[in-house]
Amino acid sequence: MSVNVNESTNRPTNDASEMLVEIRDAVKYFPIKQGVVVKREIGRVHAVEGVSLSVRRGETLGLVGETGCGKSTLARCVTRLHSLTSGQILFEGQDITDLSRSRVRPYRRRMQMIFQDPYGSLNPRRRVGSIIGDPFAIHGEGDRDERKPKVQELMELVGLNPEHYNRFPAEFSGGQRQRIGVARALALKPSLIVADEPVSALDVSIQAQIINLLDDLQQEFGLTYLFISHDLSVVRHVSDRIAVMYLGQVVELADSEELHNRPRHPYTNALLSAASVADPDQAAARQRIVLTGDVPSPVAPPTGCRFHPRCPKAQAICVQEQPPLVARAGDPDTHLTACHFPVEPGEDLTRVTATIPEEERAE
Amino acid sequence: MSLLEVSDLRVSFRTADGEVQAVRGVSFDLEPGRTLGIVGESGSGKSVCTQTLLGLTTGAKVTGSARFEGEDLLTMTEDELCSVRGARIAAIFQDPLSSLHPLYRVGWQIVEMIQAHEPVSRAVARRRAIDLLGSVGIPHPAQRIDDYPHQFSGGMRQRALIAMALALEPKLVIADEPTTALDATVQAQILDLLLRLQQEHGMALIMITHDLGVIAGLADEVMVMYAGRAAERADRRGLYYRAHHPYTNGLLESIPASSGAGARLRPIPGQPPSLIRLPSGCAFHPRCAFAMDRCRTEQPELAVVEESPRHTSACWLPPDLLGTNEQVKEDRRAASAAGRGGVVEEGAA
Repeated sequence: MSVNVNESTNRPTNDASEMLVEIRDAVKYFPIKQGVVVKREIGRVHAVEGVSLSVRRGETLGLVGETGCGKSTLARCVTRLHSLTSGQILFEGQDITDLSRSRVRPYRRRMQMIFQDPYGSLNPRRRVGSIIGDPFAIHGEGDRDERKPKVQELMELVGLNPEHYNRFPAEFSGGQRQRIGVARALALKPSLIVADEPVSALDVSIQAQIINLLDDLQQEFGLTYLFISHDLSVVRHVSDRIAVMYLGQVVELADSEELHNRPRHPYTNALLSAASVADPDQAAARQRIVLTGDVPSPVAPPTGCRFHPRCPKAQAICVQEQPPLVARAGDPDTHLTACHFPVEPGEDLTRVTATIPEEERAE
Repeated sequence: MSLLEVSDLRVSFRTADGEVQAVRGVSFDLEPGRTLGIVGESGSGKSVCTQTLLGLTTGAKVTGSARFEGEDLLTMTEDELCSVRGARIAAIFQDPLSSLHPLYRVGWQIVEMIQAHEPVSRAVARRRAIDLLGSVGIPHPAQRIDDYPHQFSGGMRQRALIAMALALEPKLVIADEPTTALDATVQAQILDLLLRLQQEHGMALIMITHDLGVIAGLADEVMVMYAGRAAERADRRGLYYRAHHPYTNGLLESIPASSGAGARLRPIPGQPPSLIRLPSGCAFHPRCAFAMDRCRTEQPELAVVEESPRHTSACWLPPDLLGTNEQVKEDRRAASAAGRGGVVEEGAA
């Protein structure tokens, strides 16, 4: 999105100094417990399973996927709101996975979150000025009098009227509340902002305002975004690179335009074809790849490739063997796909049928 | 004769802060078997408008008329309305979990609905319910009919609600944001299902949404609402390609894919107005880039900007400004042909 990003994409990808965040083989399980006195673990939700991703300095990495694919859990693991079951999180080259609460604090101020719900993420009984000033208070920066001008500066930066310092969240509309959330995230001048569905709850005209605001702020402060959304068109608009998640795993990772022009994973193809288009002729001409069934439960994910029960191209090997996330034949090094039979350009997925028997798919 | 003729519908609610004017004079009609899309943002009155038709806005002050097959829905008694609701007009709401009773089995709820309107035995109603669940694509309907709503996924619940809405072969189905709570791939399934069922049963459909993308492939006609009034109404192609009202154009340009990746979006500045203290004249004028003196004092009515197909717009701009953003749309089409098509469309071509 900003100029330095384009430069950085040309450099070798394993240069550690330009990686702001590195996620290595992250696994997060949530136990399901039963019992009154003695809680026994009766199962596990496999929320994130073996994800390795890195976020470069100054870029926007989009994370797309449907409900329950683990995208929010992964983001919360990055900011240490959840701790990982196994794996590593590196922030600016430093392993922060197992740091204690007090040791992780200096890192926390450099990574901030913006949440989806502008109603739930602001305390309704506190004044806006004190909500935005919270990060200063938590990290012990300045006293109350010193904070006020800083907070008002932030309010102006995100397009709020600084005179509304003493108002309550209820006096603001949804879009303005999201601006409050953005101001709070910016307070400590972080290097990473994790935005979890920041515009999903907003009306389309307001959504565009917030997207433009995030864009401006990135250019001005050289921010790095981890941008999570279920809406492909929004993610495409803001992201330099996009990771598509399905049932706790990354199934495809590529530069934003590359992903849209040449999606290789059948799931990415289906997602793209399902996205709504505000254009009647295009909508009529388009052939949707309609996936059968629903996303399986992450408590007992399918064997092999997790997408195989719904995949139009699934074959016997997909049931047994999990495909690695690697660059496939004919793709640039930056385009990784986890699929045994990646979609070839020109292939029509609406006319393909899987060659595994129905009983085996249901597994 | 039109199936539904709504004229000058006004709905307001009394609150502690003043009178909320949710709908301020909306008129539209709908022919049998057609699909009308109503688009608007939060607070535009799109849901209140249709809920009023079904008598669901208790405590509201309602004026105007809404003639359905010749009878005025707004003057009906509660008993008369009960015989219309469900049987001749069915509704599908946004949140499928709160539309189904969590303590009753899905099948029981469909059977109850059939028996409430028709003198059939429980066994007959149950057989019909199983057929319906099968026709909306629920696998193994004979077993799943005895499930509770929590045993269904979001997409299946919405399918069950559609089955329930179709149970009595209504003439009109009102779908209020039926896919908003669903994921993209499931949304595509549900929209395809609605379209197929509408063609099979020949019912009329009112589809309410905030997402212009949802109805682009679905609606015959589209009505855009802003602050309780209709801003523009046209056939589908007219509205998307030759929009007249600056609000409609603003909505179209706010959609991320419309300006190509990385390009700057052109949002509508400002916030939607308070429905208690509305701006004078045209309610959109404080946010409009084309506002003139007249817009601040006089409220525009829906006027014809193009005869055939009929295209009306409530805006003082001259009619020949139709499709002011034609260049924008050209760019958009070029960008999407280059960007979005990818494998899927090459395959389809």
